Amino acid sequence: MSLERPLLETRRLFAHYRGLAALHGLDLAIAPGEIVAVVGANGAGKSTLLRAIAGQVAISGEIFFDGAPIAGLAPHRISRLGIALVPEGRRLFPRLAVEDNLRLGAYARRGPERFRPLDLVFELFPRLRERLRQRAETLSGGEQQMLAIGRALMTAPRLLMLDEPSQGIMPRLVDDIFAAIARIRAGGVTILIVEQRLAETLAIADRAYVMQTGRIVLAGAAGAIAGNEEVRRAYLGM
Amino acid sequence: MSATLIAQVAIGGLLMGLVYAVVAAGLTLIFGLMDVVNFAHGALLMVAMYATLLIHRATGLDPLVQLPLVALLLFGAGVVIYRGLIARTLSVRVNAGMVQIFVTFGLSIFLVGAAEFLFGSDFQSINASFLGGRSLAFGAIILPWPLVASGIVALLVFLGLFLLSRTEFGHALEATREDHEAVALIGIDRDRVFGIGWGIGTASVGIAGVMLANFYYIAPDVGTNFALIAYVTVALGGFGSIFGALIAGLIIGLVEALTALFIDPALKQIGIFLIYLAVLMIRPRGLFGHL
Ligand SMILES: Nc1ncnc2c1ncn2[C@@H]1O[C@H](COP(=O)(O)OP(=O)(O)OP(=O)(O)O)[C@@H](O)[C@H]1O
Ligand SMILES: [Mg+2]
Repeated sequence: MSLERPLLETRRLFAHYRGLAALHGLDLAIAPGEIVAVVGANGAGKSTLLRAIAGQVAISGEIFFDGAPIAGLAPHRISRLGIALVPEGRRLFPRLAVEDNLRLGAYARRGPERFRPLDLVFELFPRLRERLRQRAETLSGGEQQMLAIGRALMTAPRLLMLDEPSQGIMPRLVDDIFAAIARIRAGGVTILIVEQRLAETLAIADRAYVMQTGRIVLAGAAGAIAGNEEVRRAYLGM
Repeated sequence: MSATLIAQVAIGGLLMGLVYAVVAAGLTLIFGLMDVVNFAHGALLMVAMYATLLIHRATGLDPLVQLPLVALLLFGAGVVIYRGLIARTLSVRVNAGMVQIFVTFGLSIFLVGAAEFLFGSDFQSINASFLGGRSLAFGAIILPWPLVASGIVALLVFLGLFLLSRTEFGHALEATREDHEAVALIGIDRDRVFGIGWGIGTASVGIAGVMLANFYYIAPDVGTNFALIAYVTVALGGFGSIFGALIAGLIIGLVEALTALFIDPALKQIGIFLIYLAVLMIRPRGLFGHL
């Protein structure tokens, strides 16, 4: 793995909620085109890490995206640079139609090409195409997750961050979502994924970080982490 | 009491109700967008009326011609109020709601005081306007043109707000109102949307001010009563609902006019506040609210 020029890099990243540290000096790097997984027990700080990169929590330390510092930028600026977050809880616009949720993803971009990602979204999630005029709040949990990923894709991201995309979704749909993630990477998008479902996640990931109480305690190839019994017991509570 | 008189009063009430509805639309738009009750809303109506009066005196431009100009002026005022005052309250950690109340209430006191200082507290009016003194007759029903025109302009404002809601910016506005953190994730600048929302809300009340300046007295505290009615209208229509504001405005205008006719002009607002109490007790979220 070559990280000579990472797409994303954090250096001594701290995050605080009202003075309480939730991230304790994280160093991580993601190469272009990788799928990187972040795993760890509840409360380890996985969501906080993604939110910190997206500019949604107060941080100290450094974050570089494609070599440029982005720490301290407003979240909408970070999004416009090409970093998309599919957040915990999906955060769709419930009273807007599926189509309007998707199109808003391209709101901040200009030019005739800006709705192009719709083709990919419909290819990945054909069910969305059948429900374009339906309000987002009326979708099933699985469909909402598809819409959340679709909306993020509409921003034409270079880095897509997913926070527990399998949460609350039945197993068969989970497979679809993991297949979609692999397809998205094949299209050249780098992926940072937080997940509870270890087996499926480590199967599609290239590398993984294991987090515990705000720190990275282990990093390595996904296969090595998947096979490490001690890791599974100690850090993942399995 | 003749049927003609009742019809005339009722139609007049509905027309006035449309003006109330526009004032309320601005208030409810801002409230729906960011949960801030603008206590300076009435003062902004007053500002628009004085602006119309002053421009009329300085240039002779008829209020109708001034409409786009004053609307634009108030739009700018709304953006400035958001940027200069409201945006700063958003980062307040403790009691942010109280801070916002004090800020807009303080702005109201300042604007009313400034008007008193600059123009005195005497009632003033625009005496010679294009619409002034003309009336429209449908058989025996006679309606003053300034009121009819106000109703028409109010409907146009609602049409404009409806069309806006179907544009891409309208969707961004709705998205921001539903989740002002999530919009940042798709590159939408929340501050910009909030600022424009304030602009549209105050432009609406500005348009109402111009139309009222055609036939209503102008004084520093003229906005107080309109604001009070607007709060009732917003509560009746449902907090944040523009369509609710329209329907509630019509109901309130009608009730006010009929109370004045059947009971006593001095008691015309009693009916309104009885409605308000009924809403609070029976349906606190209002007719079209979705809290
Ligand atoms: N808004 C907040 N205010 C205060 N503390 C918070 C907030 N959000 C998270 N925390 C704290 O920060 C720590 C990390 O939380 P985080 O949500 O990042 O964990 P996580 O690894 O995503 O957990 P889970 O697997 O349950 O989603 C926890 O101790 C949590 O209580
Ligand atoms: Mg989490």
